[in-house]
Amino acid sequence: MIGRDELIRRFAELDGAELQRWIENRWVLPELADSQFRFHEVDIARVELILDIRREFAVDDEAMSLVLGLLDQLYSLRRQMRRLCDALESQPPDIRDAIRQALPKA
Amino acid sequence: MAAQTPYEVLGLKPGASAAEIRKAYRKLAKEFHPDLNPGKPAAEARFKAVTGANDILSDPEKRARYDRGEIDETGAERPRYSYRPHAEGAQGRKYQPQGEMDIGDLDDLFAMFGRGGGRHSGRGDAGLNMPGPDRQFTLTIDFAVAATGGKQRLALSHGEWLDVTIPPGIDEGQVLRLRGKGGAGFGSGPPGDALIEVHIAPHPFFRREGNDIHLELPVSLAEAVLGARVAVPTVSGPVTMTIPKGSDTGTRLRLRGKGIHHRRHGHQETTGDQYVSLKVMIGASGDADLATFLEQWAKTHPSDPRHAMGGGPHPGSADKEAAS
Repeated sequence: MIGRDELIRRFAELDGAELQRWIENRWVLPELADSQFRFHEVDIARVELILDIRREFAVDDEAMSLVLGLLDQLYSLRRQMRRLCDALESQPPDIRDAIRQALPKA
Repeated sequence: MAAQTPYEVLGLKPGASAAEIRKAYRKLAKEFHPDLNPGKPAAEARFKAVTGANDILSDPEKRARYDRGEIDETGAERPRYSYRPHAEGAQGRKYQPQGEMDIGDLDDLFAMFGRGGGRHSGRGDAGLNMPGPDRQFTLTIDFAVAATGGKQRLALSHGEWLDVTIPPGIDEGQVLRLRGKGGAGFGSGPPGDALIEVHIAPHPFFRREGNDIHLELPVSLAEAVLGARVAVPTVSGPVTMTIPKGSDTGTRLRLRGKGIHHRRHGHQETTGDQYVSLKVMIGASGDADLATFLEQWAKTHPSDPRHAMGGGPHPGSADKEAAS
């Protein structure tokens, strides 16, 4: 967990005004404690992801909202998928087999 | 306290130019050089830091890697922060769209497969509730039913019948889905659907192109030459049509609005036309009167219908060639 200044120092490509905008856009959601932002691992990874996308694909702010929105949906879906798989995994073997049989070939 | 960045070591801002870096490095290197500061460990440490910072910032490739966070201030590789494990981990929940997704969204996922999920199946519920399987059928319908719509019987398995409502203007190969007419569901799951692939039997004289109907209509020589009013079959029953005087084989007439009345979700209603191509049937074998008339008539009305093909009339020789 690191503070705002340390985060900016860590990524020379990132400046404070930019980070502020990202937080306002809700692209990055740091924890707010004692009126100080605290960035967890997931937030740092997300900052790095945004920087990567911007640099590698020349994505502007407007398109970035779309890209992040889609990514978040995808990860959310994967999370739901995993819950579903966990639920299936906890079934007795005969039910698991029946489900496997019922799955159409992709 | 985290280590100083190479920029901070050289007293620069991250956007500094190569010239500024060079200048700052030379100034600081001179200032803290061990030869000029013998016996001062602090100065030696600063000198090392300045040299290390310059190593990274003076090399455009290393500097770019540092700026991207790929290497740290000592030039060592930084661990990559792959986003996926974080996104899918416990901390990633806060980035889920519209807050926490819950069991209701799993239901939405099942609904994508067409028949809704077991909504109140609950956690750890022993029963398995699943929709029944779909069943596939094929059904061949009459041309007229396809055009105007109607009901057609479909034999399901084991002596079961189903009256299938055919919408007007259905296309060859179109699949109709009858909800709940498939296999039985498991537990309290709903039954599957019947999927019926519709084939249209060819008609002896109608032909369909989109919403238009095409028909070849035989007419007599007299009707073609003199004109007539004749009855013409359409998919919605016979109508009377005028054949203009002086028509010929291939003359095409249109019966507006006598094609297929087509209504589909999200589309405007459209009605096709029926096109009637005339085919003159001479039907005069052994008619001595007509033959006599034509002998006289041909003498004064020479004509060559094959003119466009480049050949002229060759009375006599044509017979021989055809016979040999």
